[in-house]
Amino acid sequence: MSTPETAAPAAASDRIGRSEPRKDAGEKIRGRARFSGDINVPRMLHGKVLRAPLPHARIASIDASGAEAMPGVVAVLVGSELTEFDPYWGHAIKDRPILAIDRVRFQGEPVAAVAAEDEATAERALREIAVDYEELPVVGTIAESIADGAPFVHDRELRPGLFHGLGKLPEREGNVCFRYRLDAGSVELVEAEAELTVEGEYEFPAVYQYAMETHTVVAEFGDGEITLWASCQHPFLVRAEIADLFNLPIGRVRVIVPYLGGGFGSKSYTKMEPITAALSWKAGRPVRIQNSVEESMLTTRRHGMRCRMRTTATRDGKLLSRSVRLWLDTGAYADNGPRVCATAGDAAPGPYRWQAAHVDASCVYSNTSPAGSYRAFGAVHLQWIGESQLDELARQTGIDPLEIRRRNLLRPGEPVRPDGSGKPLDADLVGDVEKAAAAVGWGEPKGEWSGRGVSVGLLAAGAHPVSRASVRMEADGTVEVNVGTTEMGQGARTVMAQIAAEELAIDVELVTVQGADTRFTPYDRSTGASRSTTLAGLAVQRAAADLRERLLEAAAGAWGTERGALEVGGGGVRGPGREAVYPELIAERFGFTGGELVGVGEVRPEQGSGSYAEGPVFWEVCVGAAEVAIDPETGRVSVERMATIADVGKAINPLLVERQDEGGVLQGLGNALFEEMVFEEGILTNDNLLEYRVPRIDDMPAQMNGIIVENADGPGPYGAKGCGEGAQAASLAAIATAVADAGVPMNELPFTPERVWRRIKETKEADSR
Amino acid sequence: MSEVTTRIVVNGIPRELAVPAEELLLDTLRERLGLTGAKRSCDVQVCGTCTVLVDGEPVSSCTFLTCDADDRDVLTIEGFSESAEFAEFERAFTGRAALQCGFCTPGFVLTLKALRDAGELRSREDVIDGLDGNLCRCTGYKAIVEAAEALVGASGGPEVGR
Repeated sequence: MSTPETAAPAAASDRIGRSEPRKDAGEKIRGRARFSGDINVPRMLHGKVLRAPLPHARIASIDASGAEAMPGVVAVLVGSELTEFDPYWGHAIKDRPILAIDRVRFQGEPVAAVAAEDEATAERALREIAVDYEELPVVGTIAESIADGAPFVHDRELRPGLFHGLGKLPEREGNVCFRYRLDAGSVELVEAEAELTVEGEYEFPAVYQYAMETHTVVAEFGDGEITLWASCQHPFLVRAEIADLFNLPIGRVRVIVPYLGGGFGSKSYTKMEPITAALSWKAGRPVRIQNSVEESMLTTRRHGMRCRMRTTATRDGKLLSRSVRLWLDTGAYADNGPRVCATAGDAAPGPYRWQAAHVDASCVYSNTSPAGSYRAFGAVHLQWIGESQLDELARQTGIDPLEIRRRNLLRPGEPVRPDGSGKPLDADLVGDVEKAAAAVGWGEPKGEWSGRGVSVGLLAAGAHPVSRASVRMEADGTVEVNVGTTEMGQGARTVMAQIAAEELAIDVELVTVQGADTRFTPYDRSTGASRSTTLAGLAVQRAAADLRERLLEAAAGAWGTERGALEVGGGGVRGPGREAVYPELIAERFGFTGGELVGVGEVRPEQGSGSYAEGPVFWEVCVGAAEVAIDPETGRVSVERMATIADVGKAINPLLVERQDEGGVLQGLGNALFEEMVFEEGILTNDNLLEYRVPRIDDMPAQMNGIIVENADGPGPYGAKGCGEGAQAASLAAIATAVADAGVPMNELPFTPERVWRRIKETKEADSR
Repeated sequence: MSEVTTRIVVNGIPRELAVPAEELLLDTLRERLGLTGAKRSCDVQVCGTCTVLVDGEPVSSCTFLTCDADDRDVLTIEGFSESAEFAEFERAFTGRAALQCGFCTPGFVLTLKALRDAGELRSREDVIDGLDGNLCRCTGYKAIVEAAEALVGASGGPEVGR
């Protein structure tokens, strides 16, 4: 096991479990918070990217001379110029050139880049680049990707990236770039004996994260060094990948992360940093590239999926087996597809006791835009399917859906993976789902075309358990927390300040938390997988505790007192008959009105290597309940009541926990009811927010109830564990089970009025036969 | 490219600018005047993150020509946040944690100010109708509705810090 030990719950505190105001509220409300697009560097140029109009084509020739000749254009870069280094990147699989080299593999793939004195000139220059394409056969769908004799999206040998992290790459198998399998017991034998079987085929569309701030990077390629200001969630992984790509020592790449205008996974790992750095290299000047929404949609998205699932049970509602075959469409480049695939495989059985389970999950290439991380990936894909089948079994047995879950849900300490590997269950799922059900009026009478549903799932959370932090106290007693967590809206800077203030027994107002600057900020693996409060927060807690020791030692040394006789409190150190505030101690130590004290803290795998198979760090709880009403005339689904469970161990800032889950609910609702990227033969046909509909204010459920559960069972500070993703998987799946309860079982997302209306019509016709 | 001389009062300061006829107000504000509180996102008047007030009316500055602001008053979040009235908005948004990433927040604040100035912020229904041109991907809107309700005097959620 790689998980850090559970910290002992702290005594009642003024700073932990208190809804402190957000540290960043003032500057954000005033419009003063700096995002990457607000950064202006002297001599900075504006970059624009020429993107492929075709999903699959050989590049016969590129003539950029027209663009190069335009006044105001400083540099034009094409793929064939990338010869001074190995131009392929990709954290999981190194399959992606900085710019297309010999062929384009998706509509929107960068083919050339222009740097000009202003954005309008760069934009005009794109039109002066002539590219001749020879069209190639398009692999536009999962079915086409896995068909016998399908054209290969990639001919080259697949090479693992720096952060593959999932063991050996599989042998080449058509367009499959990663495969996850799980086998526990013999599904065949159990199925042969089973009394009840539910099976079906399901589809999940590609969807767009829509972080409102599009991917934005400023790159300055200097003499053997690169500085990036980037809208990235994982600055340290970007740094390593850029250093690897451009053959630079890690320390010569500096990544500075301003505020992020939303992430949701869309800014995880590396995205627009390589092309911006390469353009700055060519131009010899700093360059800013800011995507349009259309470009960001083509930069990353959620995986579309096809899934076949079969679940068996006894007539009295005891679950027996589950068998799952699924394919995820990762588009033209793997991005985070392998990990999404493993996480989907992990989520597929659902948190139940099985006599046998079989999962076979493939991540496949196609000629569509690349797919990566999006909030609760894997769980979002699978939970609604597994939970829909469980409810169908409940209907067939006449058992209440809540009761069938009570009977079959795993209990704390039981293995989550049916093969017994990895971390056992660390949450009270039965208690959680009962709370959610009660909040939507479970068991109360309901009208026609109205339905209620619950959903339960788990998400492998925490990623790799490595986080470091330092906490510095200045001579005036103010404190700076240096931690690599990216503030993208979740409130990390506020929570980190609360943790440091608690350990030092000072006011939260005295603590400042800045964004990462990899030149000075200690290493943190990433901001994602709901890991920051749990792992980076634990590193901050340890760093602040280390600083507390330095302060106590300083007092003991200065006063000639035993360290054990001293304690912190009231903004200073107290001992027998003596006390001093922190600035006095620092002044005494240095004999001067200057100096500082620094504490450091670290989280790393305590046993083993912290691998995916050993993990996860914790299982994020995805539990919710919904009440919906369907208009049978139009097929429109409205969500009347929604409850989600934030099973967080300890809520360091309860209001921020609730706010996280409210956001997750609306994204779950959007994914459930209307979001879908529509590809036709590889071409994205709804590449803007007029045609790609995200939830608006009037889509908000009439009642939203975020319930916090605090069982102090997390591995983070004060027993905390992460949240924020679970609500998205839970709400989507609860909407699916509620829609089925209203009489309209669905197997294809999103549940648009047209699809729901057609399903109602089909059901009526089947009934009247 | 023809340049147009445009006189605009931005946040109370008169400006005379020579700008290309096709220049967008958002670019003038961000790139020429360094007022980066208005943000670019959808480019098609759907998201509201580029909202500024022109003669008190909310407009999407991503689709508004700078030359069309000639002889008019433009108020951005930088200007509004200097006013005494702003404190109430700041309290409402901070108290309900009605922001996360903050990218959309100035647009919501300015839209609410315009609604209130027009006497169109009287109820929860007004809030929901009035904010249908502003997207927020982080909050799920509930907190923003609570903050806006505090601005009309209705009861909002709990104040933080209690």
